[in-house]
Amino acid sequence: MSTAATGYYVPHDARWPIVGSIGLFIFFFGFASWLNDGAFGKEMFFIGMAITIFMMFGWFGLVAKESEAGTYSPQVDASFRLCMMWFIFSEVMFFAAFFGALFYARTFSGPWLGGLGGGGAEMTNAVLHTGHDYVWPSNGPGDVGGKFVPMGWFGLPLINTLLLLSSGVTCTLAHHAIRAGHRKPFILWLLATVTLGFIFMGLQIEEYIHAYSALNLKLTSGIYGSTFFLLTGFHGFHVTMGAVILLVVAIRAMRNHFSAENHFAFEAAAWYWHFVDVVWLGLFIFVYLF
Amino acid sequence: MSSNDVTHHAADDHNHDHGDDHGHHGPAPGLMRWVTTTNHKDIGTLYLWFSLVMFFIGGAMALVIRAELFQPGIQIVDPMFFNSMTTMHAIVMIFGVVMPAFVGLANWMIPMMIGAPDMALPRLNNWSFWIMPFAFTIMLSTLFMDSGGPAGGWTLYPPLVLQMGDSFAFVIFAIHFLGISSVMGSINIVATIFNMRAPGMTFMKMPMFVWTWLITAYLLIATIPVFAGAVTMLLTDRYFGTSFFSAAGGGDPVMFQHIFWFFGHPEVYILILPAFGIVSSIIPTFARKELFGYDSMVYATASIAFLSFIVWAHHMFTTGMPLAGELFFMFSTMLISVPTGVKVFNWVATMWRGAMTFETPMLFAIGFVIMFTVGGLSGLMLAITPADIQYHDTYFVVAHFHYVLVPGAIYSLMAATYYWLPKWTGNMYDEKLGKMHFWISTIFVNVLFFPMHFVGLAGMPRRIPDYSLQFADWNMIATIGAFGFGFSQLMFVYIIVKCVRGGEKATAEVWEGARGLEWTVASPAPYHTFETAPTIEPSTVTR
Repeated sequence: MSTAATGYYVPHDARWPIVGSIGLFIFFFGFASWLNDGAFGKEMFFIGMAITIFMMFGWFGLVAKESEAGTYSPQVDASFRLCMMWFIFSEVMFFAAFFGALFYARTFSGPWLGGLGGGGAEMTNAVLHTGHDYVWPSNGPGDVGGKFVPMGWFGLPLINTLLLLSSGVTCTLAHHAIRAGHRKPFILWLLATVTLGFIFMGLQIEEYIHAYSALNLKLTSGIYGSTFFLLTGFHGFHVTMGAVILLVVAIRAMRNHFSAENHFAFEAAAWYWHFVDVVWLGLFIFVYLF
Repeated sequence: MSSNDVTHHAADDHNHDHGDDHGHHGPAPGLMRWVTTTNHKDIGTLYLWFSLVMFFIGGAMALVIRAELFQPGIQIVDPMFFNSMTTMHAIVMIFGVVMPAFVGLANWMIPMMIGAPDMALPRLNNWSFWIMPFAFTIMLSTLFMDSGGPAGGWTLYPPLVLQMGDSFAFVIFAIHFLGISSVMGSINIVATIFNMRAPGMTFMKMPMFVWTWLITAYLLIATIPVFAGAVTMLLTDRYFGTSFFSAAGGGDPVMFQHIFWFFGHPEVYILILPAFGIVSSIIPTFARKELFGYDSMVYATASIAFLSFIVWAHHMFTTGMPLAGELFFMFSTMLISVPTGVKVFNWVATMWRGAMTFETPMLFAIGFVIMFTVGGLSGLMLAITPADIQYHDTYFVVAHFHYVLVPGAIYSLMAATYYWLPKWTGNMYDEKLGKMHFWISTIFVNVLFFPMHFVGLAGMPRRIPDYSLQFADWNMIATIGAFGFGFSQLMFVYIIVKCVRGGEKATAEVWEGARGLEWTVASPAPYHTFETAPTIEPSTVTR
């Protein structure tokens, strides 16, 4: 390992990337085989996932160790910040695809199937989808998945919204604490954020169980079920990731890794957490409320 | 205007330093060097060799297609395999050749052009490359599975693509895998350009290649995740019973096309913007003049990137969009010809009254300007909705995008290779063979693609292994062109290998009119460059 004369740290001998490539290769290959009931699909899926998680522990651990050793200059720090910002932007665009699908279905294809909007839609409706009136939430002219009750916004979703919004507040309080150099409140607020995140996830699972058992609302319930479960599902996955990241940050904080000046790992996690928060607000408005 | 006198001083100092500690800063010995490397030059080299290998794999697929189309009727392959060849040819050429080659060039050149010691995130850089071989192993392995490779076209339109066999899931995951690589690579490039410029290297002093890559990286980060979302919806429609693209469940197959082309159209600019940057570097060198209208080039590139997000449905004029949509997408598409015209005008104006010489890179660059413009103009024809309804899904479209991609993107890659090869290897390539390569390629590429305009306008549909008899003559000619073009690329490999192994030693500046920081370091470029950031004065020529 050497530090360049400018102070920009250029590491040598990166061994984790190839581990990650092999892990993801086995994971994707196994997942695809599993979907087709192929031999060893499930086994490869889990082995690949284990290798990938091992890689992440190793890689992030190495970076944390280097950071603790004071290897990084402010310029390296700026690279990390840029990397995280643009990564979050890419995540925003990933969610944009699913929001786009929701808006398209509600604004264009749904009404067209119901014979609205002109341009031959009326004729198509009369011939192909006789008697189908478009009303959102919809599972289409084929009534795919059977009658279902849409998820209301009151109750669990509202509680979840309040939980996530408060977790944004606790996260900011943690940020204020570390910037003032107060380690103990920092850890406590962090743990509070993580706890709120996991409670959110618990309630989300509860909501899914309710949807499947009481509302007959399933992933297969037409376009409503598809958009509902993929949007909330991917969001839930991101909340889980965010909570795990914050938990790792909390453990590092307990090991005294962060100072008032140097705590980018926390900030990156906090940015991610706020991003997840904002996505939820979009979900709450467009999936649950309207 | 002569070039780099001002920066020579800093660079000489640097080279001297480097010579002293060559031993412990050089590459590690053995094959593991290439697996664990974090050096931007090593990783650039890996990307470039990878894309060269894939170029021949994708090219072989194209020759299968052209061999089948040599005569009407079904001769060589069965239609299903033919379809998987058209699909895989596109996937390999787009994701396996042009994109990685541009990333390879970015790796090699951007740090040297902006005076940086390396890329901003070297380990991530290594991973971005090392995903590629694994992802393409999954992708290409589908050709050997029982159900065969993807055969519904690279655009993966449902419901057709949902009817393919078990290999479908492998294709989707390979796309996800490649997407991870592209997004990480792009983030790295953006971070490098924002954070690693030498003191004094302002944004408006950056070479056009750096500018075009900055904008390309932005396009990639914005659109690849959308593509990932789109193929995820295909996956859940196929395996988990969702109804995104099924009218019965309230979805719409056309919705896939909208989401896909929201990615797909910026993607075609991803395949051409770095080419613009390369040509904007090469033409000033051999015209021995500053690039004409640098500022307008930057703004034109940014405008093209912006417009690329609001033109996607011009790929879908025949799907039955509302009239307002057809009009909007027609006019926004035609608007793209304005910034593109600015660029072509600037290249020509750069050459105007220049002290021109015609070494191989310049030949390829001029070939690019002329033939890319041919492709651009047929694009303008396709933008006109009522005309497009005639041209849609014919060989005219194939002619159009192959003119912008082969004598466009691929020519820019060849131009870049000849241009920077002396810098990479320290040896001059064989100029005579290089020129021969250019002329043979240029003749055959036109024999190959120009007739497609005619058969397309006459109504020959694309992606079909058989055709009506009246198209026979031109198809035969196109196939001759294809084999000629394909095999003449072996010359390219020969010239590269010969140059890597030896040849006349290149000077640091290499080209008489060369401008920019990369020409201030020795040839071959030392393993580490600009470990001490050079100071860029306002008068320093950096582009």
